[in-house]
Amino acid sequence: MSFTRLLAVARKEVIQILRDSRSLAIVVIMPVTLMLLFGYGVNLDLKGLPVYVYDRDGSQQSQDLLKRFQASEYFHVVRVVNDYPAITRALDDGHAKMGIVIPWDFSSQLGQGGPVQVQALVDGTDDNTANVLIGYAQAVVQGYSTEIQLNWLRGRGQSIQPALVSVETRTWYNEDLESSAFIVPGVLALVMSVIGAFLTSLTIAREWERGSMEQLISTPVSAMEIMLGKLAPYFVLGMFDVIVCAVIAIYWFQVPFRGSYITLLVSSALFLMVVLSLGFFISVLAKNQFAACQIALLVTFLPAFLLSGFLFSIEQMPVALRWITSVVPARYYVSLLKKIFLKGTPTAMLYADLIPLTVFALVLALLATRSFHKRLE
Amino acid sequence: MPEQETSVAVENLVKRFGDFVAVDRINLDIRKGEVFGFLGPNGAGKSTTIRMLCGLLKPTSGRARVAGYDVAREPEAVRQNIGYMSQKFSLYNDLKVIENIRLFAGLYSVTPGKLKERIEWALAMANLKGRENLITGTLPGGWKQRLALGCAVLHKPPIIFLDEPTSGVDPISRRQFWDLIHQMAEEGVTVFVTTHYMEEAEYCNRLALIFRGKIVALGTPSELKRDAMKGELLLIECEPLGSAVEALQSAPDVMDAAVFGNALHLVVPDADAAVPRMEKYLANHGIVVSRIEKIRPSLEDVFVSLTTARDAGEERTA
Repeated sequence: MSFTRLLAVARKEVIQILRDSRSLAIVVIMPVTLMLLFGYGVNLDLKGLPVYVYDRDGSQQSQDLLKRFQASEYFHVVRVVNDYPAITRALDDGHAKMGIVIPWDFSSQLGQGGPVQVQALVDGTDDNTANVLIGYAQAVVQGYSTEIQLNWLRGRGQSIQPALVSVETRTWYNEDLESSAFIVPGVLALVMSVIGAFLTSLTIAREWERGSMEQLISTPVSAMEIMLGKLAPYFVLGMFDVIVCAVIAIYWFQVPFRGSYITLLVSSALFLMVVLSLGFFISVLAKNQFAACQIALLVTFLPAFLLSGFLFSIEQMPVALRWITSVVPARYYVSLLKKIFLKGTPTAMLYADLIPLTVFALVLALLATRSFHKRLE
Repeated sequence: MPEQETSVAVENLVKRFGDFVAVDRINLDIRKGEVFGFLGPNGAGKSTTIRMLCGLLKPTSGRARVAGYDVAREPEAVRQNIGYMSQKFSLYNDLKVIENIRLFAGLYSVTPGKLKERIEWALAMANLKGRENLITGTLPGGWKQRLALGCAVLHKPPIIFLDEPTSGVDPISRRQFWDLIHQMAEEGVTVFVTTHYMEEAEYCNRLALIFRGKIVALGTPSELKRDAMKGELLLIECEPLGSAVEALQSAPDVMDAAVFGNALHLVVPDADAAVPRMEKYLANHGIVVSRIEKIRPSLEDVFVSLTTARDAGEERTA
């Protein structure tokens, strides 16, 4: 290994990156854009869902119930209507996610001790939203119902505990249940995939396409020197973006950071090794820019997006998919990120993720070096 | 004598890509300080041969030694001793002139002590002194080729391989480029150069004509012109050309007839004897001959004659 030759390749690569506005844009603008996009755009919290109300009773009691809906941060009562078709229309054209219909005998039935039913029409196109809506609606109505019962009992001079058994919840790690805290750390895995695999596979495939690789391998520079020289600048850029993203996450999105900065950097370095090796391997196989970047997105970005636990919880996936995620390196990185940011898990307890990630990094780096020969076949 | 030292020795070298035989059992022996030309049409196997000699392609069979090293078993030792200019490539266009030179100096491990002298040398050679900071992509083709050559020989290799170095370069720059090649050959560097320009072939000390993977002729340009052709050459200027070619192709004793510019080149066993007979033959066919004489063949005649002979041979065996 000659340091002079390695340095010559690396210096050339740095000059080319600095002179190419497109790769600079990817390095600087892409991480910020992705952070903002996922930090603001993807909101898994369901708040202020639009609700239409048709109150056929118009009594004091029915208004009390509706006030409870209005008071909840999960619902936003958009409009009170006077007929049934207005609710149907609102659901049809998406102006409302839920319609609440209070029957004309609501207060009179309650006066007689019930039971009475309130109808909730739910837009089920998005099953997740629908389930959450139903849950919230039941909780609101349940609360109202309990209060009436208590008042009724008190009126008869009896006093009982509101409930004998209750759950007292305390949410750890993401106390405010903000989905940005859950999502934003995982964006790092996407950014690394783009820098590590997409960008590098492009630049190496470009050398094959333009014939400059042929010129390079005709010189005494070794395969290892070419690989390290070409990848080193992207490693530095990747680590730079780790810091940029962490700063945005912590200071802009106020995501708690409870772990160690060193563990964050080590995990990121390992994941960068994974994606850089993959990017290099792909470009050696594909040798043309279009194919290389398509494959790179397919094997790094997509799994990092869908199968890493970044947005969709791995525990809730079908068994077959869960098995597949165990060979998705991004899965371990995302898991590490969430633990480092939100839980502050001590490094000693992160081995379940760190070891597989290290194994992937070493195996893929070996694969990349083995795949590249100084030959044209 | 050092001139007799062998730089490149090729024995029965074969390269197959699937069923296609790109290079078919070629043999070469190139001496130190020689400018050796490899002439042939596109797809004849020129680049494949040069890539095998640079250790970039593994030969299917046969052996090749460059600077004493086996290209299949010791490609790295070969690369220490050669400079190579590939056909497709002319430096990194987005780098400055000086940055390209520094890159190759680094790749060839030019020592810091010699770096300044070699950079100056390359700049002088490419006539780019004072233009170090130009972006390479903005240079005219001829300058770029000279700079590329300069970069390929920064480490003073004893052998250089140039794959169609002057394709797409204007004639004056081409001439200047060949002056550089000869300058280096005088200093003892062996130059292996491929081309499909016939006039460039004349600048080589020795030539190999390659056609469909086979070497069909080998020698100095004058040897080739004298010996390689079977038969002698007649030049005929006549009217109309088209029907003359048609008539002559079936004439007795005519080995080949082809149009060269506004005249015909005719290959016959004995030119002097053929002149009166051809005049008569053409007159019988109603063709007006304004000029008929024996001429010395050019390399192009040799090449056309050798390749058509081969075509005819293959058609017969097919």
